Amino acid sequence: MTDSKYFTTTKKGEIFELKSELNSEKKEKKREAVKKVIASMTVGKDVSALFPDVVNCMQTDNLELKKLVYLYLMNYAKSQPDMAIMAVNTFVKDCEDPNPLIRALAVRTMGCIRVDKITEYLCEPLRKCLKDEDPYVRKTAAVCVAKLHDINASLVEDQGFLDQLKELLSDSNPMVVANAVAALSEINEASSSGVPLVEMNTQTINKLLTALNECTEWGQVFILDSISNYSPKDEREAQSICERITPRLAHANAAVVLSAVKVLMKLMEMMAPDADFVVNLSKKLAPPLVTLLSSEPEVQYVALRNINLIVQKRPDILKNEMKVFFVKYNDPIYVKLEKLDIMIRLANQSNIAQVLSELKEYATEVDVDFVRKAVRAIGRCAIKVEPSAERCVSTLLDLIQTKVNYVVQEAIVVIKDIFRKYPNRYESIISTLCENLDTLDEPEARGSMIWIIGEYAERIDNADELLESFLEGFQDESTQVQLQLLTAIVKLFLKRPADTQELVQQVLTLATQDSDNPDLRDRGFIYWRLLSTDPAAAREVVLADKPLISEETDLLEPSLLDELVCHIASLASVYHKPPSAFVEGRGLGSSRRALPTRSGSQDILESSPSHGERSGVIPTQESLIGDLLTMDLGGPPVPSSVPATPFASSGLDLLSGGLDGLLSDSPSVPPPQAAPAPSVGLLGDIFGLAPSASTSYVAPKQMWLPAARGKGLEITGTFSRRNGQIQMEMTMTNRAMQPMMQFAVQLNKNSFGLVPAAPLHVVSPLAPNQSYEAVLPLNPTGPVQRMEPLTNLQVAIKNNIDVFYFAVVMPMNIFFAEDGQMDKRVFLSTWKDIPAANEVQYTINNVNMSADAVSSKMQQNNVFTIAKRNVEGQDMLYQSLKLVNGIWILSELKMQPGNPTLILAVKTRAPDVSAGVNTAFDAILHS
Amino acid sequence: MIGGLFIYNHKGEVLISRVYRDDIGRNAVDAFRVNVIHARQQVRSPVTNIARTSFFHVKRANIWVAAVTKQNVNASMVFEFLLKVTDCMQSYFGKVSEENIKNNFVLIYELLDEILDFGYPQNTDTGVLKTFITQQGIRTQTKEEQAQITSQVTGQIGWRREGIKYRRNELFLDVLEYVNLLMSPQGQVLSAHVAGKVVMKSYLSGMPECKFGINDKIIMEAKGKPSFHQCVKLSKFETEHSISFIPPDGEFELMRYRTTKDISLPFRVIPLVREVGRTKMEVKVVVKSNFKPSLLAQKIEIRIPTPLNTSGVQLLCMKGKAKYKASENAIVWKIKRMGGMKESQLSAEIELLQTDTKKKWTRPPISMNFEVPFAPSGFKVRYLKVFEPKLNYSDHDVIKWVRYIGRSGLYETRC
Repeated sequence: MTDSKYFTTTKKGEIFELKSELNSEKKEKKREAVKKVIASMTVGKDVSALFPDVVNCMQTDNLELKKLVYLYLMNYAKSQPDMAIMAVNTFVKDCEDPNPLIRALAVRTMGCIRVDKITEYLCEPLRKCLKDEDPYVRKTAAVCVAKLHDINASLVEDQGFLDQLKELLSDSNPMVVANAVAALSEINEASSSGVPLVEMNTQTINKLLTALNECTEWGQVFILDSISNYSPKDEREAQSICERITPRLAHANAAVVLSAVKVLMKLMEMMAPDADFVVNLSKKLAPPLVTLLSSEPEVQYVALRNINLIVQKRPDILKNEMKVFFVKYNDPIYVKLEKLDIMIRLANQSNIAQVLSELKEYATEVDVDFVRKAVRAIGRCAIKVEPSAERCVSTLLDLIQTKVNYVVQEAIVVIKDIFRKYPNRYESIISTLCENLDTLDEPEARGSMIWIIGEYAERIDNADELLESFLEGFQDESTQVQLQLLTAIVKLFLKRPADTQELVQQVLTLATQDSDNPDLRDRGFIYWRLLSTDPAAAREVVLADKPLISEETDLLEPSLLDELVCHIASLASVYHKPPSAFVEGRGLGSSRRALPTRSGSQDILESSPSHGERSGVIPTQESLIGDLLTMDLGGPPVPSSVPATPFASSGLDLLSGGLDGLLSDSPSVPPPQAAPAPSVGLLGDIFGLAPSASTSYVAPKQMWLPAARGKGLEITGTFSRRNGQIQMEMTMTNRAMQPMMQFAVQLNKNSFGLVPAAPLHVVSPLAPNQSYEAVLPLNPTGPVQRMEPLTNLQVAIKNNIDVFYFAVVMPMNIFFAEDGQMDKRVFLSTWKDIPAANEVQYTINNVNMSADAVSSKMQQNNVFTIAKRNVEGQDMLYQSLKLVNGIWILSELKMQPGNPTLILAVKTRAPDVSAGVNTAFDAILHS
Repeated sequence: MIGGLFIYNHKGEVLISRVYRDDIGRNAVDAFRVNVIHARQQVRSPVTNIARTSFFHVKRANIWVAAVTKQNVNASMVFEFLLKVTDCMQSYFGKVSEENIKNNFVLIYELLDEILDFGYPQNTDTGVLKTFITQQGIRTQTKEEQAQITSQVTGQIGWRREGIKYRRNELFLDVLEYVNLLMSPQGQVLSAHVAGKVVMKSYLSGMPECKFGINDKIIMEAKGKPSFHQCVKLSKFETEHSISFIPPDGEFELMRYRTTKDISLPFRVIPLVREVGRTKMEVKVVVKSNFKPSLLAQKIEIRIPTPLNTSGVQLLCMKGKAKYKASENAIVWKIKRMGGMKESQLSAEIELLQTDTKKKWTRPPISMNFEVPFAPSGFKVRYLKVFEPKLNYSDHDVIKWVRYIGRSGLYETRC
């Protein structure tokens, strides 16, 4: 039997002919006719005129014919709503058919006919079908509810279909459960109010997990995807869900595997990163991900895009799997490019040799894009793995020797980055680079080469000639090359002013007078004025140290990464874009996903104001580091309508003034400073505290949060007590390359009930390389929870990038209250009252002070001397102090003149604090 | 979810078009044709976004199968589904070609109606589908038959129907492994892995419970963690490391695995390339077999790439036949059979035309094909036990066949 003949009828009068065939008495002929109609429909011909005739064929006991007619109906009902009504009766009748296949077919098709009048008739049959005895009908009806919701959401809610759907979650048949959950998820997501119409709870999740083991592969995907939207109430529940889902990782269907990975990645966020459970789970994740790489290339592609996210979020999972990402000769190009990306992410010192030899191999392949990316990858390795830089550079030089044009150009672009990362190391290769000057025809490569010449002008003898050669075709260059050339020549001039005056004059004129690009003109003017008014300043600006570049620049922004992790397996994870970037409309406000947080940290953080902000991808490396004055790769040309300003005509005069200064200038230019000086004084004013006014002991600042852990945010800090106010003093430095803002702080419950007395104030935005002295006043009025050690304090600092947690140990002396002076008699009786077991002795070494000096020093720190005695040549100081939480501490300090060792006896009703007191004493006395 | 599914021929003509969602219009059909099929070289990913509409495609032979959506769907599911659709068509009418699709378009529509509802994939198991999508026209089923069909489609064991009977209970197990190798010219293994699968053909009566035992290597090795057909009880595997299942009737892929450890590489290729001046090259290739002398490898083929400007080749080989194929830019050396622990050699003199292109010829790797009668990973079947409590046959009555085949995947040596 061949059906292809139906595709070939194209003669005129065809419709008419079909019409008569459709109305034929012979069943066989009728069927043939309907097939022809469907064939025409497929290729895009309009056969809607046959509507009544086709619908007439609907009443048949031939299932195949019925299906064809239904197919036709779905296509044309919308264009002929009145006619479509004719079909309703048959549908309703079919929904009562004894054959479950027909009942299901009817309800399935009816849901696809998006005509209001039909929808009205759909409700009753649908209600029945949702309760049908046959699971096949129920599973079809479940999807039909989603169809109906798409046509008329309020109808579904009013008619109580949602409740019926919810009941199906407890159905005995796993496929019914799976379809019901799929329908519910879709309805939830489409909810216009943004509030999910059906909330998941522990019980429903349990039911789903049970059905998970038994339903079809697709049903498993629906269930896993919907579980991924559920937030377990605590870590234990999260763990038990993980345990029940882990077996799915061995499923042959990649979608089941990836959806399971999504749930696991999400739930792992709720657990402590070093917990055994998480470590074990991470180990289990690697093999299934590797297995995905032996699937069909299209599935591999999706897997690789997702692995790219996973290695950014949890680098440990695949750190030992480098080899599986090696490119195979006949991988499709899209798989090759993705593998390359992941290889670079996984590159580290231990595997770099292998990676490099692979990359070198790739750089000789045929596909231009792939080769370029491979060359770039070599450069990225050099920047990422410092010990490999040498090898990378020599590999790049080898590649340059091949003289393959695009390879050479790409290599030069990455070498520029290597120069920036490791200044003064590889400049010996500049001469080799210069040999290839003529072959560079791409703007990015030309710009990079010019930058190199300008940057190292003092080492290149003929730098002026080289730059001059570029200048000849200045007008024809792209903007990025023009800007680069302008800057490079100014650099050259500042380095070798004597013989390049003419050249700089020339380029300034070209930039300011002959160009209508405002960026170029403005920069020309800035340079011109700088050079003419203050050559020293020009030097500082133009030859300033450039901020470092790091390998992290190609990473996704953390908040975007977190969102994408919630979308593993989906299109968003393939595009690396949030769904809002490519999906239109409905109820998107609600669907933005966030990773769950650990329960400990969740409640100590206030909700961030940036929550609703749209995240974007970090700008590319070039635009980030292309700081205004020295780099401008990739700057878009801006057309300008402003004519060149006329006053620049007297350029030579303008310059000459500055020139003298420059020429006679001794090279004692102060080192340029990229970051503004930290604003210490300012803060003191704000809080009405001069830092020097109080003499109470303040420990030196310690590293609290290294930049590596704080995603670029570095915090050093200490605690102080000034005028009775406990303060946390922090120096916050932005070591990242993007500004930071929206700072907030929270403290976990602690032994002394410290809570912030005011919100954290940090200058916003905190520019890259900028430091800020933040002072946070603290009150001991919050909830108390005993910590170990007692003075431990857990701090969470949030900014627009992430939340960072660290723990610090506070010096005890900040809790010494001002009213810690005890009456002599009370002191005596208290001393006797406290049992001797509570007395602890310590020795304090290396104190060379008289008893009086000690006494006064201690007094400044709220340790009050009650009495002083001299016993057998030894000075005894009896002191009292009171902690902010009301604990009294009595001490006896024994000192012998000439002996630097003191003996300290501490007596208190709460001996736990003694050790801290000793440490505080020690610190104060040595300050 | 999936909004529509289209099948095109190589020219971009629509063969099948089925729209499931209202947000996908007829223009989507054309958008894909214009932006993907007709712009072949530029499209470098199987997922394309055109005007906020996403297109997924798989291309097999000359046929494009595309799924369209406007939502943030599960991408891995869409591809797995598209691949299932091609599998399904193949199992119904053989090769997925333009002619076959046109010949069976009614069947395809019927299938698409069944396996995708409102864009949600439903049961796609061909064994089950074939019980009620038959193209046999009028075939009235009895009530029992209908109930049986629906319980199968939706059932917990959706891949097997009840009441199967064989006079002879028989099963075949094929352990099929693909060895992949990338070796440096110096003989250093750059990467090697085995991708293996166990294909089972079962002709068993009733609803038999099977228990499959293999050596620990694959199960224990972390990297080789296998994946299983949906019939395998995964939770049981996770807790007890046992593989138990009720098999589908007929042929299916029971498990798939991958391993990188302790692979016995059946062959080693040792290349020696010497460029003699600008117009001549000498190539010597030695191939050594490395397995038990009692075993025989078959269908050995070694493909040695030659430069594009090759003008002539003189060949000399000790064993088999070697030919220079100008159209493929390669010397193809075929050996029908080779025993274990043997070696053979080929030498070639390649004459080159003088060219002025500066670009150096980048030597593609030498690739090799073969088939050996053992599993290079060391995979071993320990037992396969069959229990059918309701019928009166026991494990001993089942005739079992086990076969090991090791084939070359990408077996390459750089030169």
